[in-house]
Amino acid sequence: MIIQSLAFYLFSIVAVASAVMVISARNPVHSVLFLILAFFNSAGLFVLLGAEFLAMILVVVYVGAVAVLFMFVVMMLDINFTALREGFLQYLPLGGLIGLVLLLELAVILGGWIIAPGAAERAAAPTPAIDSVNNTEALGQLIYTNYIYFFQAAGMVLLVAMIGAIVLTHRSRPGVRKQKISEQVAREDSIEMRDMPSGGGI
Amino acid sequence: MPDLVPALPEIFLAVMSMALLMAGVFQKEENAGRSVSYLAIATLVVTIAIVGVVADGRASTFGGAFVTDGFAVYVKVLILIATAAAVLMSREYLERHGIFRFEFPVLMVLAALGMLMMVSANDLISLYLGIELQSLSLYVIASFQRDTTRSAEAGLKYFVLGALSSGLLLYGISLVYGFSGSTNFDALAQLFQAGQSPLGVTVGIVFIIAGLAFKVSAVPFHMWTPDVYEGAPTPVTAFFAVAPKIAAMALFVRVMVGAFGDLGDQWQQVIIFISIASMVLGAFAAINQTNIKRLMAYSSIGHMGYALIGLAVAGGAGNAEARADGVSGILIYLAIYMFMNIGAFACILQMRRNGRMVEGIGDLAGLSKSNPAMAVVLATFMFSMAGIPPLAGFFGKLYIFLAAIEAELFALAIIGVLASVVGAFYYLRIVKVMYFDAPEEGFDGPVSMEMKAVLVVTGVVTLFFFVWPLPILAGAGLATAALLPG
Repeated sequence: MIIQSLAFYLFSIVAVASAVMVISARNPVHSVLFLILAFFNSAGLFVLLGAEFLAMILVVVYVGAVAVLFMFVVMMLDINFTALREGFLQYLPLGGLIGLVLLLELAVILGGWIIAPGAAERAAAPTPAIDSVNNTEALGQLIYTNYIYFFQAAGMVLLVAMIGAIVLTHRSRPGVRKQKISEQVAREDSIEMRDMPSGGGI
Repeated sequence: MPDLVPALPEIFLAVMSMALLMAGVFQKEENAGRSVSYLAIATLVVTIAIVGVVADGRASTFGGAFVTDGFAVYVKVLILIATAAAVLMSREYLERHGIFRFEFPVLMVLAALGMLMMVSANDLISLYLGIELQSLSLYVIASFQRDTTRSAEAGLKYFVLGALSSGLLLYGISLVYGFSGSTNFDALAQLFQAGQSPLGVTVGIVFIIAGLAFKVSAVPFHMWTPDVYEGAPTPVTAFFAVAPKIAAMALFVRVMVGAFGDLGDQWQQVIIFISIASMVLGAFAAINQTNIKRLMAYSSIGHMGYALIGLAVAGGAGNAEARADGVSGILIYLAIYMFMNIGAFACILQMRRNGRMVEGIGDLAGLSKSNPAMAVVLATFMFSMAGIPPLAGFFGKLYIFLAAIEAELFALAIIGVLASVVGAFYYLRIVKVMYFDAPEEGFDGPVSMEMKAVLVVTGVVTLFFFVWPLPILAGAGLATAALLPG
């Protein structure tokens, strides 16, 4: 138990500290690196919660793809980040105050709200018994059975996104020398046929 | 294995969209656009047939996430007709502007698929996925003319605001789910049977209304409409003004009446407000417009306001007959709206002078001299939109206002009638410009065969609706009975 709570505090502290560093680091590349650290620590927190699958997805998708994409954006685009951050401290008191007010309001409202009876049980109803299968298996069972429609529909949405990206950006340029593998392989002059006498070399 | 038969039209459309994509890729670039677009029309027509064949009472599948019933069938047929007409009308424009790539019809088919999924949604997640599939396709075709700034701007604007509205919608959905524990419409309806709900659900419903009001471009979520309609290529605007509006309106009705029907006293006032605001803004803001596409945008905002009266009626507790009349009023209105708008846009697509599109209302001056046939047709549509009897538009408004009076929502009916009087001004101004203003140079001819066909069909329906209104009325009655049993 003690190891678990130690791990929890370690992951949380590092996650929060690196999140602060993301917005305060002077060098944008450092910001992205801190972001990756924050992702890793959040993944650790998910593992502690028993949600291995989410942890894996977080690392694969966010660290593997999104963070790398950010890195590209930061390095490719010439944005003056110091200019963007000018006046950061100046707005801090007001921004902090607004944040605090929102937090208090949320606390007041959430404290007074009632959840419909049986909501938690109803929400948990479709999931297979969590003690008999691990959660990757449970997710898989749901996505490919009960939720197959949503899964396929999401696939169609991604297909549209792909078509859209190509339609809006692809331009066919004339005079481009394209690689035609079949032609290269079937080229006559690179292949020579010879009759070899048996037992002799070339 | 879930029962796939109820979802057969959607599955067919999904498979065909991929097949069309392949068909486009493996063809010569010059004629890919044209052949894929004819194939797309054929696909949509076949889908209408499948929708009709599969229709058999209420059937739900995929664990209750997908439902098909008389309501879905009626709206799906409208959507498919509107999409097929839009594909047909776009060929000439796209060819003339050299942007007839085969992805265009494919994206239209995918948008139609998204709309069918919206109409059949019986779960908040399928609702969201349907909306996203439809919207994402629409964002792309809005900026299809990517080399002109206006089209690119329209697409970008639509995308950013659409993403914002999706955010609102999702937030509402998460609240509803968090406080009730279910996303399924049937489960939600059962849960709120007593007319009681936790406060969180009410807040969630308001956010869902905001998200959907954006999709039907009801005031105060209408800001994007004029800009997007003006910037997008004209056939795309014609599509935007019809099919997605019908789908979003049907979805609106399905969510509000199907899932939250017994919570009417909580959301009815919101609908009343956006309905009044849309009617009034649609009537007044259109007066100063000089661009006909912007005018049609405001006109569509106004029309959605009238249709929303029906939803406000359907939200009234008690009087079951009035509620049913409200829903069937919306359905009749949408069908008539579809025919009027397709026809009007078919006329707007003919506004071409010296090979260029013109969009000013002033450019219509003297059309009665240069092209009397088109002037008569366009005047018919304008009279119909203004709601002048005996044209179809009058009956659409009539059924809606009757339902409002039946439900004793007199303020809505009175404001609606007043707004349509104001609205008549700008519709009739177009007629006046065509018939009485000093003639300008005529438009480029000739009108292509498919455009003539579209104009004749929509014109006949608009003009002679009162002679034989039965198909639409009976269809709407069946659809309403499916949504509101008993």
